[in-house]
Parts: sequence; C-alpha cells; structure tokens
Amino acid sequence: MGNKLAVTGNQAVAEAMRQINPDVCAAYPITPQTEIMQRFSSFVADGKVETELVTVESEHSAMSACIGASAAGGRVMTATSSQGLALMWEMLYIASGMRLPIVMPLVNRALSAPINIHGDHSDGMGARDSGWIQLYSENAQEAYDNLIQAVRIAEHEEVRLPATVCMDGFIISHSIESMEFLPDDAVRDFIGEFKPLHPLLDVDNPVTYGPLVLPNYYMEFKRAQHEAIGAAKEVTLEVAREFERISGRSYGLFEDYRLDDAELALVLLNSAAGTAKDVVDAYREKGLKVGLLKPRLFRPFPYDEVADALSAAKVIAVLDRADSFGGFGPMYMEIASAMMTKGLRPLMINKIYGLGGRDFMPEHAGAVIEELRETLDTGRVKVPKEYIGVRE
Amino acid sequence: MPQVFRRPDSLKEAPFRYCPGCGHSIVHRLIAECIDELGVRERTIGIAPVGCAVFAYDYFNFDVIECAHGRPPAVATALKRLMPDRLVFSYQGDGDLASIGLAEIIHAANRGENLSVIFINNATYGMTGGQMAPTTLEGQKTSTTPQGRDPSLHGHPLRVAEIMATLEGVSFVARTAVDGVRGVKECRRLIRRSFECQLSGKGFSMVEVLSPCPTDWGMTPVESLRWISNRMRSTFRTGIMKDRGVDDWRRG
Ligand SMILES: Cc1ncc(C[n+]2csc(CCOP(=O)(O)OP(=O)(O)O)c2C)c(N)n1
Ligand code: SF4
Repeated sequence: MGNKLAVTGNQAVAEAMRQINPDVCAAYPITPQTEIMQRFSSFVADGKVETELVTVESEHSAMSACIGASAAGGRVMTATSSQGLALMWEMLYIASGMRLPIVMPLVNRALSAPINIHGDHSDGMGARDSGWIQLYSENAQEAYDNLIQAVRIAEHEEVRLPATVCMDGFIISHSIESMEFLPDDAVRDFIGEFKPLHPLLDVDNPVTYGPLVLPNYYMEFKRAQHEAIGAAKEVTLEVAREFERISGRSYGLFEDYRLDDAELALVLLNSAAGTAKDVVDAYREKGLKVGLLKPRLFRPFPYDEVADALSAAKVIAVLDRADSFGGFGPMYMEIASAMMTKGLRPLMINKIYGLGGRDFMPEHAGAVIEELRETLDTGRVKVPKEYIGVRE
Repeated sequence: MPQVFRRPDSLKEAPFRYCPGCGHSIVHRLIAECIDELGVRERTIGIAPVGCAVFAYDYFNFDVIECAHGRPPAVATALKRLMPDRLVFSYQGDGDLASIGLAEIIHAANRGENLSVIFINNATYGMTGGQMAPTTLEGQKTSTTPQGRDPSLHGHPLRVAEIMATLEGVSFVARTAVDGVRGVKECRRLIRRSFECQLSGKGFSMVEVLSPCPTDWGMTPVESLRWISNRMRSTFRTGIMKDRGVDDWRRG
C-alpha cells in the first residue's frame, strides 16, 4: 500500500499539502511551522504542485488572501503557529462566517508574553470559539491523515467550514518518526475535485460575501453556522470510514484507550497522550482499572459520545496543555459539560501541564494516576485545579 | 599604559550569540558606544524586536522591553510620550519593520513621534531561516523564493528610507552599511545623530543599516560584506535622505 518513511511532523504535513495540491496557498513563516511553508515553496518552485503561492506580509494578510481565494472558488490552504494564529484572529471568524472551507495545519506553540517558541495548546484553544473545525493529532502519522481528511470534512456540502489540524510544536513538528504515506493518486481520488459553492468567479451568478447583517438576520446566520459545525461530527466519522478503506488506519471522534471498564480515566490531547498510554499500560498490569481518552475532534466537541466512553469512570483527571486563566482548563470544561449533560457525576480534577514546551514525563502521568487512586479511595477532591511539573 | 579599547558600559558582559559575521553584533556595539558617549545610559529604553535580535535585552545594559512582531513603534510612542525625558529607540529587522509592522512605523513617523529607529536591513527574515523579506533584492534566492525574487510575483525591494524621507513628520533619515571600516564609522555617526535628534526634541528619526546575514545568505562573513558593497548598495543607495538639523540639547 503506502510508502513508509522516517520524517518530521512538518515534513509529513508538507507532503500532505503537496498531495492535496491546493489552488492557492498564502502563508507567512513562524517557528515551528516554518518548515512546512519552506518545503511547500520548494514544491511550487519545482513544479510539483500547481498552487499559486502568495508570499504575504503577515498572517493577517495570509488569512485575508485565503478568504479572497476561497470565496473566488479555489481550494485554499495556509499554515501557522502561535502569534501567527493570534494575528489571524479577526479573519478566522470571517472565514467561518462566510462558510469558506479553508484548511490550515496549526503547529501548536505557546503564546507571548513571555515569548516562547515551544509547544502548548494555547494558540488552538484561543481559537476555540472561532467557528473552525479543530482536529488534534498525536504524531506525524495522525497529522498527515487528519490533514487529508480535513479537506473532505471542510468541503462537505453540509459543512462548508474552515478546518484546522493541530500537532505539537517541536515535540512532533521537529521529531523524526516513521510513518506511512499514501500514494499521490490515492490522495487525489480521496479528496476529489474541489466543488466551489457560489464562487465569486462565477460572474453569471453574482453573489455577495459578508454583507452587513443587523439584528434582524444576524442570529439566523449564526444559527446556520451552529448547525453546519454540528453536522461536521457525522461527516468526520463518514470520512474516517472511507479513509480507513484506502489507508487501513481507523479514526473516530476520539481515541478510547483501555477505557471500557476503566474506573479511573485520564483525558489529554496530542503527543502527551502517547506518553500517558504507556503509563496506563503499566498500571493495568498492576491490576488498576485505568484508561485514557484522547480527543481528536475538538470542534465540534462530541459531548454525547465522550460521556458514553467515560461512563464507567468514577474519577477523571483532565490534563490541559493550555490554561483559561481564572477558569478551569479548556478541555476540563468540555469533559465536565459532557458528563453533567448526561447526568453523570464522576469526581474530576484538572491538571495544567507542559506549558511553553515543558516536558511531560511518564512520572507526571504516574503521579496523576496515583492522585486519582487516592481520590477514589477518599471520595474527595483535594485540589480541583492545579499546575503540575512546575517550580513553587 | 592607556586603555584604548574596552567594552562600552551600555553592553553587558555577555558574549554575542549571533552567528559569526552577523551585523547585529556590530550595530549593538555601535548603539552602546553612542549611548555611553552621550552619557544617557541611565535614561535609555530600548525596544527589542521579534527576529534574531529578540535577545537584545541580554546584551544591552539598560532597560529593554520586548514586544510583539512589528509593534515596536507603537510601544515606543507610548513610552516616549509618557516619559519624554528618556531616550527611546526601537531596534527592528526588515521583517519586523518593513513587513508585518509596516503600518506601525509609517504612522509613528508620520505623527513625528520623537523617537529613534535603528532599522537592520539584511534582505531576509533571519530568525525564521532566510525567507524573502520586502527588502530582498531582485533575483535573490531565499527559502521562499528558491528561484530568486521575481518582481512580477513577489514585488520589488522596498526602499524604506526613501519612503520615510517623504513624510512630513520625519526630521532625520539615513541609510548606511556595515560592510567595512568606513561604513561602520559612518553608521556610528548616523546613530549618534539620530539620538541627538531625539534628545533635542526634533522628532522622528531613522537609520537604516545594510547588514550581513551570512548564515541565511549562504556565504562566508567576508563574502557577505562584499555582497553588501557590490549588490545591496546598488539597490539601496546609502547617504542622508533628510536632515532638519539638531540643536545643542545639553544646553536646554
Ligand atoms: C505574528 C508573528 N508572525 C510571525 C512570527 C515569526 N517570526 C519571528 S522572527 C520573524 C522574521 C524576522 O525577520 P527580521 O525582522 O528581518 O529580523 P532578523 O531575524 O532578520 O534580524 C518572523 C517571521 C512571529 N514571531 N510573530
Ligand atoms: S541568522 Fe542572520 S541575522 Fe540572524 S544571527 Fe545569524 S547571521 Fe545574524
């Protein structure tokens, strides 16, 4: 089937972009995303893609150019990290509000200040409410697979929304691991021809994008957006089923790891989930009923399915690699909402870890599992929210 | 024996971690020498950019504030207006000043803010690994223009000093190059002039410095100095573009 190679996460993503061969790519360099942009520039220069590459002067302009190209009727991609995403913020909402299926890898990196180039999820979580579909990836393989699937999800006629595919800065973007690529024609056939919907370049059927809409209709627009992103959940599953047929790799809304009978559960995103799974295995060997849930689709969040997967859990630790200062971590809030809505009342704790690229080690996962065990024994939450792996 | 050469007080005892042959180290030293000479170290505030000089605060021995990519002129404006007795300068690369932050610099200049700007033009985005900058020369190969900058696709090299000279609010603007002893000495003189311009309340001033980035140009340090002399100087004319003069600021 595919071609097995050892590559960095960025290389994997750049390869997926080459195979997707978008009509337009407007991007601006930023660590740790830069390698994606550079490799893609070489593909353009070497004639390996037919993409129109726009070298803009900032991320705000990059996303603006993407919006123009997408409304014109093209398949459009960009990529960014951290401050770059932050600078795009205004345009993110415009892209989703105009229902433009732009696809963007996001190499997760901490936000300033203090300035830091390493991986955490503050950037992605900051864009949580922007109306973009968000997929998270544990490793290079998942980032590659998710990016290809994201094109189909974003462009699905019931969805037509922008999508971002996240992977951890440096930990994944710059580490080399072996992964399997699909053949070019398999990707091309899988994503299919881009079908523009109301393109501006269709001059015989003129349309307006982003008109002024006052209180009389604004809410109907937002309601339509709410329904469209909701539809992305089923579409994600449908696309995953088809993707499994061409790749042999199966994806769901999340990964449930040894969760069936788990009384103790960990929830965490991306690369740290890989570390924690080994620790879960070690505790399973000792007879502890512990499991792990790694969300993949974060927006729209699959509340029902997540609650079902965690329904056996009596104690849950949600580990967030981003903080919502003055509140719980963003993932904790989702898990708590999922459980409450289903009438489930596990004891829950929230740990903030790995900010600015601080290492997440197996002993951190071990300590959290020990604390869960104690919480289960005593029936009492000691500290609801706490930073771990940090100096006092 | 009399000491003829020493580290300026305005530089900390920290070795520069810029690449060998990088222009940032030279210009840092020139700034520090000028501040020492003017005796204003205790009241200087520098603004570090995002770019290779993001670590400027590790080297300068006075207050430095770090801000978001491209925003130093706006931060400098506020600092200077709140503390008019300070010497406030921003230190910016061509990505920071001429690309992502172009709007900020033009408006600060147009308002005639009483600031000094040291603008390092190395024709590339150094820190992110050598992508095309607005100042990249025609035909120059960068990691985002592997076949050379093509003006029909990527635009023309932006001549920031010339643009600045057209703005009413600007009182002093010059371009120089640190490609040899003469250039280094001239650069020092111009930086000093820019600081004096601010200290005598004349308003906005900027010194653009053509500066080597051997690493991202893929050249040796010596080759990159020659490249500035032979190539950059023909696209970017050096000299003083505008000078409204300075007063003796020490008297007032
Ligand atoms: C909003 C935002 N976009 C992109 C970046 C990534 N970035 C960091 S430095 C840099 C380029 C700096 O180039 P320049 O200003 O020319 O300085 P040099 O490194 O050459 O001295 C870029 C694009 C960032 N930090 N913030
Ligand atoms: S990359 Fe270029 S600008 Fe940056 S420190 Fe090295 S030589 Fe200087």
